[in-house]
Amino acid sequence: MELGILHFLIVSAALFTIGVVGIFVNRKNVIVILMALELILLSVNLNLVAFSVFTGTIQGQVFAMLVLTVAAAEAAVGLAILVVYFRNRRDISVENVDLMKG
Amino acid sequence: MALIAFGLIAAVVILSAMFVIVARNPVHSVLWLILAFFSSAGLLVLIGAEFLAMLLVVVYVGAVAVLFLFVVMMLDVDFVELKQGTLRYWPFALLVGIIFLGELALVWAASGQLTFDSYDPSPGAATNAEAIGGVMYTQYLLLFQLAGVILLVAMIGAIVLTLRHRPHVKRQDVGHQTARRRGDAYELKDPTPGQGI
Repeated sequence: MELGILHFLIVSAALFTIGVVGIFVNRKNVIVILMALELILLSVNLNLVAFSVFTGTIQGQVFAMLVLTVAAAEAAVGLAILVVYFRNRRDISVENVDLMKG
Repeated sequence: MALIAFGLIAAVVILSAMFVIVARNPVHSVLWLILAFFSSAGLLVLIGAEFLAMLLVVVYVGAVAVLFLFVVMMLDVDFVELKQGTLRYWPFALLVGIIFLGELALVWAASGQLTFDSYDPSPGAATNAEAIGGVMYTQYLLLFQLAGVILLVAMIGAIVLTLRHRPHVKRQDVGHQTARRRGDAYELKDPTPGQGI
């Protein structure tokens, strides 16, 4: 048995599921929710690169770079929001975020 | 040989991803996240996508994970208290996870045989980085610049969000300084002798 695309798809599916479960499990802790989002984006990247390599096309790798950019931007803005929220409330519990509702 | 290496590294990836979401201390979560990113880069090296692998190490481990580490250590939060009562979320989370995995397996079962015989990590070039560079600055120039705009927006957004002006802090105000005239700064008096001002 040779290293095929299926192996990558399995790892990627497992990573994605772990990320989704992580969002539900750590409902109180925004930092870990952001980390779970990073895991999900990582699994997407793995999929893109695996398909790109195994089909002999380069487009997937270029697009994976764009996903990487979006992941970095999302982490920066998300953590900035978190810092501002903590500054205002001395607390990062997600359960009180609906105070922002109008 | 490649399969054995893949199995080992993939096990590390999945185990460290699990520890990311179950760790009690978010600092440990970040460290497990770094391990997950690093070993994912190893997976990419195995199939010859070296450029993306190095990018993963530089961007994720070097920038994103360190940013997380900074924020976790900066916020003075009682993480033990945050972790309390999370046990009741597990059944629902596992249900969602099982549904997700089931759906993915269903898609796989319906898609038939997944075999490609055109394995090539660097089509039309000698190395992987060369193949990416060949299309990134020509065919995908706009996409590349769009990535730059996304980063710029994120940078400005993060600065605008976290910038704050505290009262009672003296700052340099160039406009105020240059608008100052001699008359604002001092005044000539001519006191009469013996009387004072």
